[in-house]
Amino acid sequence: MSAGEALLLTGPNGAGKSTLLRVLAGLRRPDAGRLLWQNSDILADVAMHAAHIAYLGHQDALKSGLTLAENLALFARGESLDDACAIFDLTNLAHVPVRLFSAGQKRRAALTRVVLAQAPLWLLDEPSLGLDARSVERLGIALAQHRAAGGMVIATTHVPLPLDNVRHLTLPGAPLVDLTGWEDVP
Amino acid sequence: MSAGSLFAAIVARDLRLALRHGADTLGAVLFFILAGALFPLALGPSPELLRRMAPGVIWVCALLAALLPLDRLFGSELEDGSLDQLLLLGLPPSLVALAKMTAHWFTTGLPLLVASAPMAMMLGLPFSALPVLMAGLIPGTIVLSLVGGMAASIVLGARRGGVLLPLLVLPLVTPALIFGAAAVDAARTGLPFAPDLELLMAFLIGALPLCPLAGGMGLRAAAE
Repeated sequence: MSAGEALLLTGPNGAGKSTLLRVLAGLRRPDAGRLLWQNSDILADVAMHAAHIAYLGHQDALKSGLTLAENLALFARGESLDDACAIFDLTNLAHVPVRLFSAGQKRRAALTRVVLAQAPLWLLDEPSLGLDARSVERLGIALAQHRAAGGMVIATTHVPLPLDNVRHLTLPGAPLVDLTGWEDVP
Repeated sequence: MSAGSLFAAIVARDLRLALRHGADTLGAVLFFILAGALFPLALGPSPELLRRMAPGVIWVCALLAALLPLDRLFGSELEDGSLDQLLLLGLPPSLVALAKMTAHWFTTGLPLLVASAPMAMMLGLPFSALPVLMAGLIPGTIVLSLVGGMAASIVLGARRGGVLLPLLVLPLVTPALIFGAAAVDAARTGLPFAPDLELLMAFLIGALPLCPLAGGMGLRAAAE
């Protein structure tokens, strides 16, 4: 991938989209093959690779006992927390404990952490999960700004994402296994 | 952020969480005090017997109390996905593990240390032995956090990890228990106690680099 590009991973459930993102994040070792970042193997120094990526997983990874600002403080790499909260309209909620958030608000908080990381490559696992229409719009703006600044995006999704000029990679489904005969198993 | 400030930020985050969930944090100390208070009830109120058993009772109770929060030390991070984000901070996994171990010491080891002085008085340990008890418990509780954190990261993601945890930690920390309790015993009876404390320190110095390394590997394996 080159600067400003976006890649959309699609495929049926269980095709390995999330696993591929985790491999790209360096959280999981690939079973085979090599992973290169500007021609150097990322497995050589996984901690170094972490500076290149911002990862959004299935889970929002927020501590319910802490406020939004306290949750995100650890992940702010230079960027102001207030500015980042404004991107997803969370400014009013910055000092509210996360346990009071709705699912969509938690997702927006997790997306704010992605912005805060200031990393060139965003790895997003179903970023629009639980978001309302306005928030999806905001996500589109954030994605466009990131790409305009030379950032890259790899996202998995089942619903259309607000991304234009995007490349698609469709992962084939899991290999079909002959399940006849399973009924005999008690 | 530099590695040092990231490390401090993880510790600060855990301390803040521990303050928010104060009941969980106090649980270990309350367990320590209650377990210690059971001994006079079970053994009878003979001052001589209690005085003789005090070092051992305090050490065993501290060890068991330190085990209580270990289960959640990394378990809660794995469950809500925070572990992935911690590993992606750019810190080596071993430093992430060390930061969590440090937080465990501040939230469990330090309160136990504070609670052990009144416990020692309750059991009738002579005042002259109190400094030696503290001198042993300081490295002792650090060892507990290090070995406990390592074991917690190793059993992370395992089914019934909470049951596995004491089985893994207790045999590993027996040297600390033996030397720590022996030092207090020696001080109580007027024998030289320095060799026991030195051996305890040696154990700590061995655990200090090894436990975070093993813990980091455990975290990485759990994230995969």
